[in-house]
This record gives sequence, structure tokens and C-alpha cells, in this order.
Amino acid sequence: MTRYFTDEHEWIDVDGDVGTVGITDYAQSQLGDITFVELPGAGDQLKKGDAPCVVESVKAASDVYAPISGEVTEANAALEDEPELVNSAPESDGWLFKVKMSDASELDGMMDEAKYKDFVSSL
Amino acid sequence: MSDFETGEDTVETGTLPLDAWHRAQGARMVEFAGYHMPIQYEGIIAEHLWTRENAGLFDVSHMGQLTVSGAGAAEALEKLMPGDFSALGEGRMRYSLLLDEDGGILDDLMVTNTGEHLALVVNGACKWEDIGFLREHLPDDITLTHHEDQALVALQGPKAVDALSRLVPMAADLKFMQSGPADWDGVPLYISRSGYTGEDGYEISVPADAAEKFAEALVAMDEVKPIGLGARDSLRLEAGLPLYGHDLTTASDPVTSGLTFAISKRRRTEGGFYGAERILDLLANGGPTRRVGLALEGRMAAREGARVFAGEREIGTVTSGGFSPTLEHPIAMAQVDAAHSETGTALEVEQRGKRLPATVVKMPFVPPKYVR
Repeated sequence: MTRYFTDEHEWIDVDGDVGTVGITDYAQSQLGDITFVELPGAGDQLKKGDAPCVVESVKAASDVYAPISGEVTEANAALEDEPELVNSAPESDGWLFKVKMSDASELDGMMDEAKYKDFVSSL
Repeated sequence: MSDFETGEDTVETGTLPLDAWHRAQGARMVEFAGYHMPIQYEGIIAEHLWTRENAGLFDVSHMGQLTVSGAGAAEALEKLMPGDFSALGEGRMRYSLLLDEDGGILDDLMVTNTGEHLALVVNGACKWEDIGFLREHLPDDITLTHHEDQALVALQGPKAVDALSRLVPMAADLKFMQSGPADWDGVPLYISRSGYTGEDGYEISVPADAAEKFAEALVAMDEVKPIGLGARDSLRLEAGLPLYGHDLTTASDPVTSGLTFAISKRRRTEGGFYGAERILDLLANGGPTRRVGLALEGRMAAREGARVFAGEREIGTVTSGGFSPTLEHPIAMAQVDAAHSETGTALEVEQRGKRLPATVVKMPFVPPKYVR
């Protein structure tokens, strides 16, 4: 499995033609306490750059962009009762949704973990 | 990922007396009202709940500390505000509203009779406009002073009295909305038992050069932690207190905003303040809209600007809203048609294309704990 990062602070784990999407630890630390996550539904068609998911903190609501095009196969149901998982485990149990990718070439140009770390430390 | 809500527009960013201290305490700083301000330390919910149980130290030095002095100062202010300042006893304070010539609300503020002068604490985001307005509209023989050399901190929460009175015993003798001068270790303080969180607590004006030493003495106590402006906002929302620039604007008036308590009894009969004719008419006949509290089910919050519906009819707008850490569900303030403002009215709020069920509830959402 390979993990890619976007400059909008999403990560995507790629396993075959399915990508699992979440926000990075840096992103959750910037948002603060997360109180609600609005998730896409299975079957939703996404285009790269769409905003199918919204993460709400106490004060604000933030879009999460689709890093890749495709069809949503599953959203993380655990977040309905425990949105704070995005704070406590942003890059594991706090994943947001899975996408059956329609164009894997969209992964080209995304950052790997080392590059993303450099990117964050430059902010 | 991107924020829907952005900070205030700022031209230049100033540095307040406690700036370095906040950073040393681990605060995340943001630009607000023209300054770098601490938005949070460990997290808004933890800081919010800490303040409700213990004592939180807030830096509110971005707010404007003004004094108005000279013979007839109270009467001069009464032309611009609907309070009865002539009858305000020494050490007493009132919540009031700075009104433009049409009765629109320019700011909400605290007015204190210190004995020497009338002291005003105005919102940070509009203090320069307020100062300009006051300079223009006060008579020439009234002196307006902006005390930029003073920091202002708020110590809020049920244990604020224990903590502060350990440093300054007189603090325990004050009741809600009373104030007085004090000496701490040779530092002159001016202390009021007030704040904007719904909790018991104090606002303390301290010379800028002693602010860090004073903050250090407070957080050295077990009851006290530094708290950011994020929690200040969620606390004031739970307390049902309006925030200028959001719940109140120049398009607001004291009546439809639910702030008629700020129009003193004598002023209701005598008038004589800016916009009095319009405001007293609204007071007599009721305004077309009202500021109400909304409680929402679930966890998705209604935010500022969201449209409020009664069935298919749009009847108002959310003016501020968020997740209530104390109640663990979203709450909001909205300006709605008076006909749909009764407690218990079932409404809907449209947020990101979804209709969220909302009920009109009494404010404050969380009962205040003022010591009267």
C-alpha cells in the first residue's frame, strides 16, 4: 500500500484501485477539536477537487477536497458517533471515505511522506 | 482542505503586551482585530470546560480602554447611549450601546463610573471607529483618553474569586458589575467583577509593563489556566451574549436585538439619545424581528449567515452559532420574524443545502453564575 499526500493536507492510501482518504495530523492540529464530520455517501461520484466532505470544529467548518476522481464505496461510519477520532487518529482510525479510483494517473505529482513533512515544516 | 470562515480583515497587525508570554505558554496565535491574539492553548473544548469548572485567564487587551472626563461627561455620553450614567454610582458599571444618529448600534460596551471619570471598554474590532465617532460627537470640553498603555485581562470561572482574592483581597468584596482600584505588589490595578462568559469573574486593567508579571502570578495558582479567544467565543455564545460585528451591527437596534435592558428607565421616558424616537417607538410597539436562541439536534452546527425557515418561508438569519461544549449539541443565535420568536417554536436552518431542525429556546443557553 502506498500513501500519497496533497498540498491541501489530505492523505490517500492506495490499495489496488481503491483509495482511502483522510486528513493529516497537521490538518487536524490546525482545526482543533472536531465536533462533526459530514461524509459523502456510498455511490457518490467524485471529481478530483470536489468537496464531498466537511469537517467541523467548535468554531468553523472546513472542506475536505477529493484528492482523486471516482466512486465513493464507503464512508467511515465510526465518525458519526466519534468525530473526535479525526483528532486522535487522523491517519488511521479517523479516515474519512474510500474511493474506487477512475484515473490512477491523478496520483502523479502528489507528495510522499518525506516530501509532505518538508512541505509542512516550510509553512 | 480549506476554512469556510476566515479571520477579520486587518490592515496592520499590532503586538499586545502579553504576546511573548502567550507564545511561551504554547498558544496558537491568530490575527484578530488588528493584533496577534491567542486563539487556543490545549484546545477549545478543554479550555471551555476548564473555565466553567475552575478559572480561565483571558487576554482581552485588544479591547479599547477609554476614559471620558470633564464636567458634564455623563450627560454628553447620554446623548450617544441609552444608559442613565448621571445616576451611576462610584464603582458601578453598566452594559450599554453606542448608537449612531439613526439609533443603529455602533458598538456594545461597558461604562464604569470610577469616581474620577467614566471608563469605557469597547470591542477591539471597532475601537478605532468608536474613538473617531466619540471625538467627533463629544463636546470639545470633554476629554477622551485612549489608555493604550494598559493591558486588560479577564479571570473567569467559579474559582476566579479564590484565585484573585489571594493576590488582591478586595476582589472578594465586589459584587457583579461593581469595580474599584486595587494595589498588587505596588502595581495599580482597576478591577471589576464582570466579564463576557456567563461565569463569575473579573476584568482587570493592569499597566502594560506589569501585565506579564501579573499573568504569571495568576497561572502559578492551581485553579488558573490561560484560555484562548476560541473558548471565550463559545462561552459567550452559551451565555446568550451577543458579539458585535456578528449578532449586532449598525443595522441592529437595541429593541430587536433583545437589549432593551440597556435602555435605562429614565431614558425610556425622557429619550434624548441618538435614534430615541425610532427606538422608543419600537419599544412601545414591538420590533419586526427578534434575536432568539436556537437549539439544534444532532451535531452539525448552524453557522453565521445560515437562513432560517418556518416551513417554506424564510423568516430569519443565524447571526452566530457553533457547537456547545457544555450542552454537547449545536446552538445558535438568530434574528427572526417576531411572529416566529416564541420559545418552543419549531424552525429549520439551512446549512450547506441541508435543513436542520431547530427549536427556539430561552437564552442564556447555560445559566449564568454571576455573584450579585
